Amino acid sequence: MFLEDIGIIPSRGKEPLQTENSRSVINLTRRGFIAGTGLFVVGVTLAGCSSYEEPIVDPDSLDIPEAGPSPLTEVQGGDATPALWISIEEDGTIKITCHRSEMGQQVWTAMAQIIADELDADWENIEIVQAEGHERYGDQNTDGSRSVRYNFHRLRLAGAAMKQMLVSAAALYWKIDPSQCSAALGKVSNNEDSDTLSYASLAKVAAKLQVPTEADIVMKEPKDWLFINKEIPSVTVPKITKGEGQYGIDVHVPDMVYAVVARPPQVFGGTGSVKDAKALAVPGVLQMVKLPDAKPPAMFQALGGVAVVGVDTWAAIQGRNALEIEWLDGSNASYDSENFRRAMEASTERSGTVRRSRGNVGTALAAADQTISAQYYAPHLSQSPMEPPAATARWTGDKLECWACVQDPQRTRQTLSDLLKIDKKNITVHATWLGGAFGRKSKPDFVVEAALIAKEVGKPVKVTWTREDEVRHGFYHSASAQRLEAGLDITGKCNAYLHRTVFPTIGSTFTAGIDTPSDGEMSMGAIDVPFAVPHLQIESGSAKAHLRIGWLRSVANIYHAFAVQSFAAEMAHAAGRDQKDYLLELIGESRLVDPNAEGASYSNYGGSVEEYPIDTARLARVTERAAQMADWGRKLPDGHGLGIAVHRSFLAYVATVIEVKVAADGALTIPGIWLAVDAGTVINLRHTRAQMEGGTLYGLSNALYGEITARNGTVVQDNFPSWRVMRMDEAPRDFEVEIIPSNSPPAGVGEPPTPPAAPALANAIFNATGKRFRNLPLMGANRSKLDISANASS
Amino acid sequence: MAITLNINSKDETIEAAAGTPLLWVLRDHLKMTGTKFGCGVAQCGACTVHVDGAPKRACITPHDSLENAKITTIEGLAGTAADAIRETWVGNDVPQCGYCQSGQILAATALLSEKPKPSDADINAAMSGNICRCATYMSIRRAIKQAAEKL
Ligand code: FES
Ligand code: FES
Repeated sequence: MFLEDIGIIPSRGKEPLQTENSRSVINLTRRGFIAGTGLFVVGVTLAGCSSYEEPIVDPDSLDIPEAGPSPLTEVQGGDATPALWISIEEDGTIKITCHRSEMGQQVWTAMAQIIADELDADWENIEIVQAEGHERYGDQNTDGSRSVRYNFHRLRLAGAAMKQMLVSAAALYWKIDPSQCSAALGKVSNNEDSDTLSYASLAKVAAKLQVPTEADIVMKEPKDWLFINKEIPSVTVPKITKGEGQYGIDVHVPDMVYAVVARPPQVFGGTGSVKDAKALAVPGVLQMVKLPDAKPPAMFQALGGVAVVGVDTWAAIQGRNALEIEWLDGSNASYDSENFRRAMEASTERSGTVRRSRGNVGTALAAADQTISAQYYAPHLSQSPMEPPAATARWTGDKLECWACVQDPQRTRQTLSDLLKIDKKNITVHATWLGGAFGRKSKPDFVVEAALIAKEVGKPVKVTWTREDEVRHGFYHSASAQRLEAGLDITGKCNAYLHRTVFPTIGSTFTAGIDTPSDGEMSMGAIDVPFAVPHLQIESGSAKAHLRIGWLRSVANIYHAFAVQSFAAEMAHAAGRDQKDYLLELIGESRLVDPNAEGASYSNYGGSVEEYPIDTARLARVTERAAQMADWGRKLPDGHGLGIAVHRSFLAYVATVIEVKVAADGALTIPGIWLAVDAGTVINLRHTRAQMEGGTLYGLSNALYGEITARNGTVVQDNFPSWRVMRMDEAPRDFEVEIIPSNSPPAGVGEPPTPPAAPALANAIFNATGKRFRNLPLMGANRSKLDISANASS
Repeated sequence: MAITLNINSKDETIEAAAGTPLLWVLRDHLKMTGTKFGCGVAQCGACTVHVDGAPKRACITPHDSLENAKITTIEGLAGTAADAIRETWVGNDVPQCGYCQSGQILAATALLSEKPKPSDADINAAMSGNICRCATYMSIRRAIKQAAEKL
């Protein structure tokens, strides 16, 4: 209904959909792999399909040349064979398989837009099928903001190839040349006599035709796109408003029982004596299952402890409350995040490992007319998607089937195979919808738990993580300490720039004991610094991990952008200059920055530097545009301040201006946010705007309130509100987003808005109050106001 | 002991341990999973249902305290305010992951039923108990205002 409302899709009569009875015409059996696997259909149909009047064209009635194998099995990104992605049903339904996980970024809609556009499908007839975890789909790891980037070309090819085959089928039927046919809105027309045939009627014939080679496939010009780069409404939202989506936590299978797990408070702590009599006496509690202690490295192992199994989730939770367990100290028993912070801060005072160097920073600093330095701290954070981790596992003999809210069903399958020592062939992993993820759900430890427990219980088991579990036993965003130092000349221009960063690396989760930041982490906002400064050096220090360290929306960019973009404003202040002007001067003239020419190992999010260079012109453009949108330089009421920050991450450029109002007592409100993004070719304009808003507020929530601390190796916070997140009354009043039109290849969208949020906020607060905040969070769990007193530590 | 609850205008016989919160009765016993678990301690609003028309946190409400009440969940939510909210929710693509949105819709519908023309302060007061980690707050506010226009 809403599709017509906004004038994208021409309206036409509808009849009830009959997918139940419809038979797959082009079936997904190129190698016979889908038939019989029982695809986990969590499909949605956008609207009823019309029954087409035309008869189904019988392939046996035509003289069809024998088709060879698909030449599209190994194009950029993997297999683009159309039958893997598209299934056209007799009733006109076009089933599109989405192999990436839907977690609110609207990937179902985006993948459908890409395929449907090249296919020239009627959008109303599209239905999405979620793929299970399997190599045949290529990369399914839905993180790193790369679903579109990795699949744009491939899925366009698949759609266009399918369209060409349908056109060829029609041409065969009409006995004319394909060039005399054209396709639009799910139909092929005979240009000679305006006869038409629906895709549904042609599908059986098309399925028998040769798949064209990449060179023979004609894709659309961007100007002809109907769905790509448009405001296409979400395919999931109508279901959501009726409570119909199925998330990992919602899965039910027959005979299922419910479990929660009491896990050792410390990572690599052990389970000692267990007294379970009281727990077993709780009504509805069925049994306990002891899980093996985890051993370093953590990887995606279950954390150990004791599972409580019950007739419902509540019984399991009550049983867990009644359990008496003696927990054993492990190697992280002495971890105290406050002491650790001091140690990291101290190490930023010492020189570290050089990760990129230009000129001679030491000499230049010594010769500077003015030097400034600052130290920044950012704490551990928890991803805390609204849906906590949850997984259901069912064993049938030695075969394992799991349903879970996982970002990477393939890696989940591999992990289960490795840890449970079963052949991958015997494992099926169904990805459900994800109630948010933010990196947490690419770590399938919770699926491993479900599989282990279900094996013991002999029945299907759903493991639900309570919020306390999620907050206390996460894969945390790394805590970090950084020090920046700059040498300015007499005019205030930056001549020397030194950045030291210290944080426990994500690598420690996979390799026990490693304490050096990886190139990937350093490539997120540290060694890729785009500043035009004659002398520049980036160093890293070492720090051991004592919690499981994992990635969280935009990863190391969060703390790096916070420090670098705050420091840019500090330099501006020291130079007596405007923040925005100074930032543009630091970015410098239009050029491509190549950190690798200066000794760095820059990973560029896996993208080639030819296709995705660090382009300072694009960085400057979004900066200028966000400033214009905010009317930068306007006269502000007392207590108000504007702050700006710009950052390139996941190959996209985002500049954010925030206006704050800080009352005399420190009460903070956010009257407005203005954001400009250049993410190359954008698939869905409205959902990109939604990501900009959500990603910015996610960053502000962390900056204002987010803090995970640990004592005795044990996380202190447990639930909302000790783990505090932004709420409606704390959200800004206005938020304006501009997407810079671009023909560049698609970049990321889900993560790039997060990094500039925190420094734009801190810079705005500085302009409003004169107080520089260098430590996150700005308020934490308990404060309702900023501490802007002069003697407060900043 | 079995008790009867009136859920979405239908009588349902429930056999759950005394004191089991409505949330788990809905989700695990009745397989009505539209009502979500987010915190279990009345802090997030994901489990919001209507009890006699007023929003209530199902995660802390014992099901056996509701024998004479009319319970409405996202699956059964209907009426003018609900229609207006659903329409603007869809029109603005308010949800991202959608997990919090049953609760948001129940809270917003209750707000509009009570205050058809809510101010920003009314919206803050009614909606601040509902956390959205995708931070769809801007869209929620926009959509509530548009729904109010339609009423
Ligand atoms: S689950 Fe009930 S308020 Fe959070
Ligand atoms: S839409 Fe994802 S938590 Fe609200």
